[in-house]
Amino acid sequence: MQIEVKINGVLKKLETSPGERLLDLLRRKGYKSVKRGCEEGECGACSIILEGKLVKSCLIFAPQVSGHSIITLEGLSPKGELHPIQQAFLEEGAVQCGFCTPGMILATKVLLDKNPHPSEKEIKEAISGNLCRCTGYVKIVKAIKRVGETLNKNV
Amino acid sequence: MFKEVGKNIQRVDGYSLVKGNPVFTDDIDLKDMLFIKFLRSPHPHAVIKSIDTREAEKMAGVALVLTHQNTPRVPHTTAGQGYPEPSPYDSVMFPRKMRFVGDRVACVAAESPEIALDAVKKIDVEYKILSPVFNPEDALKDGAPIIHDEKDSSGILDPKHNLVGEVEVNVGNLDAGFGEADVVLENRYEAHYAQHTPIEPHIVITYLDENGRLVIRTSTQVPFHVRRICANVLGISIRKIRVIKPRIGGAFGTKQEVYLEYIAAYVTLQTERPAKFELTRSEEFTSRTRHPIITVLKVGARKDGTLTAIDMRILSNTGAYGSHATTVMYNTGSKVLPLYRCPNVRFEGKVVYTNLPVAGAYRGYGATQGYFATESMLDEIAEKIGMAPVDLRRKIHIKEGETSPIFDALGEGKKGIPQVISSSKLPLCIEEGFKLIKWKKKPKEEGKMKRGYGCAIMMQGSGIPAVDMGAATIKMNEDGSFNLLVGATDLGTGSDTILAQIAAETLKVPTERIIVYSSDTDFTPFDVGAYASSTTYISGGAVLKTARKVLEEIILIGEKMLNESKENLKVENGKVVSKKTNSSVTYREIACNALYETNQHQIIASMSHISHKSPPPFAAHFVEILINRGTGKIKVEKYVACVDCGTAINPKLAEGQVEGSIINGISYALTEEFIFNKNGKMRNASFRDYKIFTAMDIPEMKVVLIPSHEPSGPFGAKSVGEVCINGPCPAIANAIYDAVGVRIRKTPFTPERVLKAMGEIEHLKDIHKMENY
Repeated sequence: MQIEVKINGVLKKLETSPGERLLDLLRRKGYKSVKRGCEEGECGACSIILEGKLVKSCLIFAPQVSGHSIITLEGLSPKGELHPIQQAFLEEGAVQCGFCTPGMILATKVLLDKNPHPSEKEIKEAISGNLCRCTGYVKIVKAIKRVGETLNKNV
Repeated sequence: MFKEVGKNIQRVDGYSLVKGNPVFTDDIDLKDMLFIKFLRSPHPHAVIKSIDTREAEKMAGVALVLTHQNTPRVPHTTAGQGYPEPSPYDSVMFPRKMRFVGDRVACVAAESPEIALDAVKKIDVEYKILSPVFNPEDALKDGAPIIHDEKDSSGILDPKHNLVGEVEVNVGNLDAGFGEADVVLENRYEAHYAQHTPIEPHIVITYLDENGRLVIRTSTQVPFHVRRICANVLGISIRKIRVIKPRIGGAFGTKQEVYLEYIAAYVTLQTERPAKFELTRSEEFTSRTRHPIITVLKVGARKDGTLTAIDMRILSNTGAYGSHATTVMYNTGSKVLPLYRCPNVRFEGKVVYTNLPVAGAYRGYGATQGYFATESMLDEIAEKIGMAPVDLRRKIHIKEGETSPIFDALGEGKKGIPQVISSSKLPLCIEEGFKLIKWKKKPKEEGKMKRGYGCAIMMQGSGIPAVDMGAATIKMNEDGSFNLLVGATDLGTGSDTILAQIAAETLKVPTERIIVYSSDTDFTPFDVGAYASSTTYISGGAVLKTARKVLEEIILIGEKMLNESKENLKVENGKVVSKKTNSSVTYREIACNALYETNQHQIIASMSHISHKSPPPFAAHFVEILINRGTGKIKVEKYVACVDCGTAINPKLAEGQVEGSIINGISYALTEEFIFNKNGKMRNASFRDYKIFTAMDIPEMKVVLIPSHEPSGPFGAKSVGEVCINGPCPAIANAIYDAVGVRIRKTPFTPERVLKAMGEIEHLKDIHKMENY
């Protein structure tokens, strides 16, 4: 079957099957930032943004997103210039192995899009569905705080 | 002053990682890929009587079914260690005997993972069920089921008693030591099973290159050991194998194992097609684990806190196979006991097989389990002699310029090497940490919440002395940049960046002029890999030597080009400058001169490094917790870690190691637990039921790096990757005692265990029937 879905702002017609998970479709189509960590909705490595909400693509069948708009990490810096969230993650040392990073960055984007002035508690809540085993989250939280502050200055 | 070292240089792989570029093992697409799935044993102990794969083989889309009947039987260890490995050769590709629930019966390679899974279900196996043994103390008894009775295994000390290995060392006079003591205490401590849970599970992709050579692209800590072990198991030459380690999604020890690679490789060799083998999350949980260790510890002390005798006896459970069995056991003594000034010490270790999941290397490598015992015991001693816990810590630890007889007596799987502590700022770590935690005596809390404080001190090593070897190659390009080729394995720690900083500092160029390529057995020189806290210290030492050699060559050419002698030259900012005339030649000019003009040659050097010592990094940890007396739940409020890792080559990356290992350690101490059913099957093999910390669970963290200068390390550096995972278990146990006056000697400190210890609830009906072997 064919679905129409807007990925990172571009309308795509994609072949899929009723049982294919969105995670598998996206990876198959080259969106490799969408990571496979547990396939049961627990680790958040496969997070994407669906209509402005953070969702786990391993829990969604591909046909379910037909007619919808999704964002993967590839969509954040299409021209190679880093998004302020990516820049902050890089500069604050919020990346170690980098495997949870795509999901973390997208979780951050969803948070800041809705709440440009998050408290530390709100930051921790917003990324609580994304597991990281390397950093202990300390520098991730710091990076997100910093983006929040920079964005505020720009406003 | 350093220009590149000691700076928070951004990770050299950071740009691609924050962009989510396809840099991990699974991020390549190959045509005609086969997907592999395991059939695993449902029994903890059984022999395959017969196995019928015909139905599976008949299925459309199935390329190959592998069992013990059609694969080579080559005994080996899956432990990715230096050769000859100190672990027993007790594994084969597919065994006929099953030794734990999850042992590998067979695998199917098919056109899709779904077909492979369906085909696995069609394999018909008849088992002869054998009695299992789960309790490590029972496993040692006469008449216990013998787990490894096969004739072709080697390196097992006493298979009839499931004893993989043992060790006993004595220094001083233990009886005399206890005789001198004012206080003698003896207690039993138990540290539990745990899994590393890298967010990327084990994965390998194999294929044949255009010349028919086997390429193994794998998420590993040990690419060169993968090559050697696979060559052995597959019966092919090392020269026919290339191992590539791309970026890897966390490891923490579990990827120091070689056990998927040769199966995928065998599929590729048989079918001449690419093959992918990826563990599911549930399989990852029982891939490799931390060795559960029971420690019986007896300590004697004088009233003033002087330790007079330590008798430490451990029983380690390696599960079904002896991966890292003896080395972890040795480390529980060798990385723990030298921290304490005590003339009379005995260490006795035994490591046994059981029919439970296979243990292996896990960050801390036995020291974590050992420190839980010693650092808990020190608080118990402190209370008996009426000393504050922090005062006792101030008194009893090894200091700069001192040695411990244990360094000589105990190594890793063998005798050790004597060494004197040449750098330690542990005293400062203790003072600074104590100040930052704001330890309040007898804190008063209203109602159900009780506040407590605890501390622990710890050390680790930096590489395995006289064993671990790293090598580096540096070549110069005509724009004055350098390719740095290292076998060293960056598993997310940032070692590529750190090694580039060491090269840049030595060559006096900015780090951005160093192009790093690592962990490819065809293109990079040898390195044992990322384990034993070795990379900064050992591989960093190799990079330092290599860069110095390249610098000598650069100066030599500079001499000729400037017509000056070496003594009159200096190197700065990528230029060789005459001290007399101030005239200079740039690296670019030097490289071009060498490549195109005079005495034409490539400026290149390759050097190797080993160390005859393993300088310990030290740390002092302090924790403040709140316990809810009603629920037994512990909340870690604040955690302070002061760490001496020598010179931090990249402070931000070093802090990241400290923070990550501490949160992993707190999570291990409080929530992570293997729960088994009566068959020895792990019941909670998912992130839903095996709780690792999320961002919501973390306490306020304060990490302070307190620099020392380690003369044997590159620019004074020691290791930092493992040491801090040793702190949380004892520090929190001590804080629990401070808060509510109960001593819990068995991890993890779950709410029910805390309530039970406080006598708030009756002996809980044992829901975890077989918890915590």
